[in-house]
Amino acid sequence: MRRKEIIAMLLAGGQGSRLGILSKTKAKPAVSFGGKYRIIDFPLSNCVNSGIDTVGILTQYQPLILNRHIGIGIPWDLDRPNGGVTILAPHLKGTQGEWYSGTANAIYQNISYIDSYNPEYVLIISGDHIYKMDYSKMLEFHKEKKCDATIAVLEVGWDEAKRFGIMNADESGKIYEFEEKPQNPKSNLASMGIYIFTWDKLRNNLINDNKIHNDSDFGKHIIPLMLNENQKIYAYRFNSYWKDVGTIESYWNANMELIKTLPSFNLYEDFWKIYTQTDHQTPQYISNTADVNTCIISEGCEVYGRVYNCVLGYNVVVEEGTFLKDSIIMENTVIKKNCSIERCIIDENSFVGENTKIGVGENIINKLEPKIYNTGISVIGENTFIPENITIGKNCVVSGKTTSNDYINNNLCSGESLIIKGASL
Amino acid sequence: MKAIGIILAGGNNEKLDALTSNRAAAAMPIGGCYRALDFTLSNMSNSGVNKVSVITQYNSRSLHDHLSSAKWWNLGRKYGGLFVFSPYLSNNNSFWFRGTADAIYQNLSYLTRSNEPYVIIAPGNSIYKMDYEEALDFHIENQADITIVSKKLYEENLHEYGVMQVDENNRLIDFEEKPIEPQSNLVSLGIYIISRTLLINLLESILPQGRYNLVEDIIIRYRKKLKIMSYEFNGYWKNINCVKSYFDANMDFLNKDIRYMFTKKYPFIETKPKDEPPTKYNVGAKIKDSLIGIGSILNGYVEHSVLFNKVYTGENTSIKNSIIMNKSYIGNNCIVENAILDKEVILSDGKKIIGTCEKPIIISKSTVV
Repeated sequence: MRRKEIIAMLLAGGQGSRLGILSKTKAKPAVSFGGKYRIIDFPLSNCVNSGIDTVGILTQYQPLILNRHIGIGIPWDLDRPNGGVTILAPHLKGTQGEWYSGTANAIYQNISYIDSYNPEYVLIISGDHIYKMDYSKMLEFHKEKKCDATIAVLEVGWDEAKRFGIMNADESGKIYEFEEKPQNPKSNLASMGIYIFTWDKLRNNLINDNKIHNDSDFGKHIIPLMLNENQKIYAYRFNSYWKDVGTIESYWNANMELIKTLPSFNLYEDFWKIYTQTDHQTPQYISNTADVNTCIISEGCEVYGRVYNCVLGYNVVVEEGTFLKDSIIMENTVIKKNCSIERCIIDENSFVGENTKIGVGENIINKLEPKIYNTGISVIGENTFIPENITIGKNCVVSGKTTSNDYINNNLCSGESLIIKGASL
Repeated sequence: MKAIGIILAGGNNEKLDALTSNRAAAAMPIGGCYRALDFTLSNMSNSGVNKVSVITQYNSRSLHDHLSSAKWWNLGRKYGGLFVFSPYLSNNNSFWFRGTADAIYQNLSYLTRSNEPYVIIAPGNSIYKMDYEEALDFHIENQADITIVSKKLYEENLHEYGVMQVDENNRLIDFEEKPIEPQSNLVSLGIYIISRTLLINLLESILPQGRYNLVEDIIIRYRKKLKIMSYEFNGYWKNINCVKSYFDANMDFLNKDIRYMFTKKYPFIETKPKDEPPTKYNVGAKIKDSLIGIGSILNGYVEHSVLFNKVYTGENTSIKNSIIMNKSYIGNNCIVENAILDKEVILSDGKKIIGTCEKPIIISKSTVV
């Protein structure tokens, strides 16, 4: 097989537990974003737009929707006879198997996949972030500096720095120290979790570290090990939009930023398209009874109601008399007549019956998961059925096929959770 | 499936005016995101036809572009799949296709190298959804030599179609192409089912006589000799053959039943994906009864119109009863009424483009106003 200069390994096994019900049945990279996309579309499209045609996608947590989304890679032009996209799931080796126990361990377990392309360099990225980046420029930098590893870094506010892995680098960009979530950060260069390694160096490091740590991790083990051994690591500065949509609030905010007249993250550039899997191209229809403004709306939507400040995914139906505001409605969801929904996220394939209200009442933090649902946003999980004439408060979570018997007087107060366990769980 | 498909997408039509000066009728944009050919091509694929050829001729560039990959219609196959035929030069032949029969005859190896017993021939510029397998079953059941798919039209200009007269068993008695005085309201939709070997035999016998057309030289000439049956289709059907029918076919998508039939009911009409971001409705946007394409950015008023992909409308701009094709840019304070704006038209601020209901004004591709 022809040698590849660089291949990408995309870590897509993360749960994203702070996304609550949104990542309950799918890995975080498979969560919908910006109407028609899933989070993984951004790093994956970056690979293709940067000229990388071989991508291994490492899956672990709830991979069904992710696998179906990626398929054989057609939307990204990654259906290729040599290279293209390969799903790499944990597997049995001999009589025993192993889960991916850390980011570096996952790569370690797939050394033979990488070896089969005999690449000079390997790009390691995660499927969790929203950004546009030309990895080929980072590779040029890596080659220019003749280093063993290059880590993309972002300048963050000093007050935020203690939430990140911080790179301490000299003036030339050479990294001399790495601190994970430091109390008193010495620099504000945060690691974006994007690495380019010279493959033979990384290969040795992975094998050596695996002898010591069985949960080998890039930030915790591999980078410190390389620094200890005086291997050359450089920081590559990135200064454009980059978002980790790890919490319900940051997820909601990042979506809402897209609907501004001049959004800080521009999806409308022709030279850096984001590709995604859509079942069919269909037009969207806005009816006589509708009023739509400050929204982004995807293919196949049918809008008969009033929709303001919203993000609508593929094939959403909003019926007559319904009022939607500040909400994110994901693909194939149907909202029947005369509903009123504010500050709400409704996941895929859900149904809201007539005259139902969501997001009313006092702002009481969720009692079951106070750390996840606490900003007034109610979240409806995927494949959820909400019957007619229901009133749901703020910071609520609803999931599963609910009936009016599941509600007290057709009411779910702010901060309450209603999770019906389906047969599939 | 026991049939292969042939889609005749070569036709040009002067009645489509400036709209087809650069594209074949089959490449006409329809319904916010499709091209006319997508309908027949999807029908083929959805009916289980695994081997389909598209025969192009006039202005075929945009069609070839659209068909650059067959995978969107599930026709990217090792066996069968999609074939695109254009006229070509060779030592003993330097003709353009001289007619529909000639177009098939010049690609006869497509027929001789296939094994499937039947051939389905359909035009590439009709808008409809149909399961050809049902028509094929009818053809086999009736032991027909040729089956013509037909439809009763009530308000159309019948003299623009092939008008059929059939007996009580739906067998064709007479066929008149574009008659001055139509004898019935049953018209041919230009969709034919015929056995592959019979088609080869007919082509080989008529072509040397200088006869080049399916309708005149096979259907009409052999109407008594062969058993030609009429299979009546009752669904929505529109042929894109003039500006009015093009305009109407697009506006028909504003009708919920017709739109749902195409966009929400399985099997679906497929097209080449465009990878545009979601459509953006900014603060001043006010949209009524309109079909909107993906990747558009809207700041103005739109009523009873069909907008395709990547259209931009400025502030205080009003668009009514119009078709706006891909990548058109309409500045601030413009008025567009009863108009068809072809692709990549640019209207600078304050321009007025106003046609009449009967005769929409056409602004041709890439015009800057």
